[in-house]
Amino acid sequence: MNIEGKVWKFGDNIDTDVIIPARFLNVSDKGELVKNCFTDLRPDFSKGVSQGDIIVGGNNFGCGSSREHAPLAIKESGIAAIVAKSFARIFYRNAFNIGLPILECREAVDPVKENDQIYLDLSTGEIVNRGSGERFSAKPIPDFMMQIIQAGGLVEYVRTQSINSSKSEVS
Amino acid sequence: MGMTITEKILAAHAEMDNVRPGDFLQAQVDMALANDITAPLAIQVFDEIGREQLFDREKVALVPDHFVPNKDIPSAEQAKLMREFARKYDVKNYFEVGEMGIEHVILPEKGLVIPGDLVIGADSHTCTYGALGAFASGVGSTDLGVIMATGKIWLKVPPTIKVWFESELLPWVGGKDLILYLLGELGVEGANYRSIEFTGPVIQKLSMDSRFTMANMAVEGGAKNGIFEADEITKAYVTERSSRQPQYWKSDPDADYEREITIDVGQIQPQVAFPHSPDNVRPVSEATDIRPDQVFIGSCTNGRMEDLQQAAEVLKGRAVARGLRLIVIPGSPDIYKKAIREGIIETFLEAGATIGPPSCGPCLGGHLGILAEGEKCVSTSNRNFIGRMGHPESEVYLVNPVVAAASAVLGRIGLPDEM
Repeated sequence: MNIEGKVWKFGDNIDTDVIIPARFLNVSDKGELVKNCFTDLRPDFSKGVSQGDIIVGGNNFGCGSSREHAPLAIKESGIAAIVAKSFARIFYRNAFNIGLPILECREAVDPVKENDQIYLDLSTGEIVNRGSGERFSAKPIPDFMMQIIQAGGLVEYVRTQSINSSKSEVS
Repeated sequence: MGMTITEKILAAHAEMDNVRPGDFLQAQVDMALANDITAPLAIQVFDEIGREQLFDREKVALVPDHFVPNKDIPSAEQAKLMREFARKYDVKNYFEVGEMGIEHVILPEKGLVIPGDLVIGADSHTCTYGALGAFASGVGSTDLGVIMATGKIWLKVPPTIKVWFESELLPWVGGKDLILYLLGELGVEGANYRSIEFTGPVIQKLSMDSRFTMANMAVEGGAKNGIFEADEITKAYVTERSSRQPQYWKSDPDADYEREITIDVGQIQPQVAFPHSPDNVRPVSEATDIRPDQVFIGSCTNGRMEDLQQAAEVLKGRAVARGLRLIVIPGSPDIYKKAIREGIIETFLEAGATIGPPSCGPCLGGHLGILAEGEKCVSTSNRNFIGRMGHPESEVYLVNPVVAAASAVLGRIGLPDEM
């Protein structure tokens, strides 16, 4: 699975309150979440973001609350993937579970600038900065997580699992 | 090689004899929890999976505590969706307004979590139940929806950081200060993907309420869970609340820890976490020029009986500084009733505080005390991110209940000795 897109650059410890502040969590409507994504930190984000853009962040991306509205707001904004030095645990799970690809790569983040064009190969973890030609290797996605991605998210994964287990009961 | 408490609980719930950090496993869940923000998305997921029943109607808890009693029409719609789901699937532990309190206060209080349990909640502060010697961790709505359908979750066994607290506590120092101090040492990412085991002679003497406060904020260091070994104090708490049989796990002497930290608590003053990060801590003596517009005492971190008792002791016979707003929110109806019986609520009211209904209140900027541009709040809650309690230009300072109460009287951050 390959992704190429324009970079939105963020710093360290981007918490779920700045991704989507709780005052907008009185709805689960995706359109509303998109409108308010990063509103306090980068009011230009929701209007400026295009389908297929990529977020590049620093350490501990997505720290704070468990609100799945945070990765959902990002995904529904059109962001195709997130690359960060590291991700907070719950955000990491949530992103995989809803099918938002994320890559952890310490080295790639600092050299990449806002509006750079970058290329990601999710299966190998390769990251290429199209402008500078620099190449980086992200931490490989654990096999177990790849199965969830290949299934298309946790819900699909569970559906396939239960179909398989009921088949084995029959046989 | 021996195992830690966390490893033992995970192994027991995956029907395995032995697990190591890094192992993936499928664990059986004893209690699955969601609130009025996270449940609506989890319900969508449950519906997509298409099961006719919950995996176990007694092992799901739904608590509408974030925006309830509802603050506006959209939040009322979300609460309604959750309420109707609870009715349709006959959820045993659904708490309607009147019996509802903060999820992480009422679940232990009602005996719904006991030592040895594996609890997963669609709320990051689910880690609170580690205080009981349970494995408890926060997840998002998709995970929770899947658990409601299957009763199972995939987990990766975390490495454990052991934190040993020794020496004697200084005056006005409590569980909140210990965890804030530790966060200052670890940083907000220092325990990411890890388990924190709280131990040592100081911990053995700590009350259950203080332990809840500490386990609650393990997630502020990124931890998957925070855990305490259950002891006589835990037993006394649990026995009067639940008839289920607890499992008391201990870490083996040769258990493998990724890191061991020793903290001499005799060096720790009451702590203040400055904006905009819970690890941005300083001793209270370096915060005395901060003048809050509002003080909030409550939340899943410090909305329990001991917290209210300590704050009331400071406020008794005193008045809140002129122009300052003190908001107190008891964590549950039972705490509220007990506080009335003990005269604590009257003390708060006489001092000039206002009392909010048991709920998360202003902690996450939902309602009941939102901050305007430029305002400062001294709060007993757990997060002080940008815009957490209101306007993006407002500020939150995290403290223990004694410092919060004293600051409300002084009109600036300070200790009871200074009043």
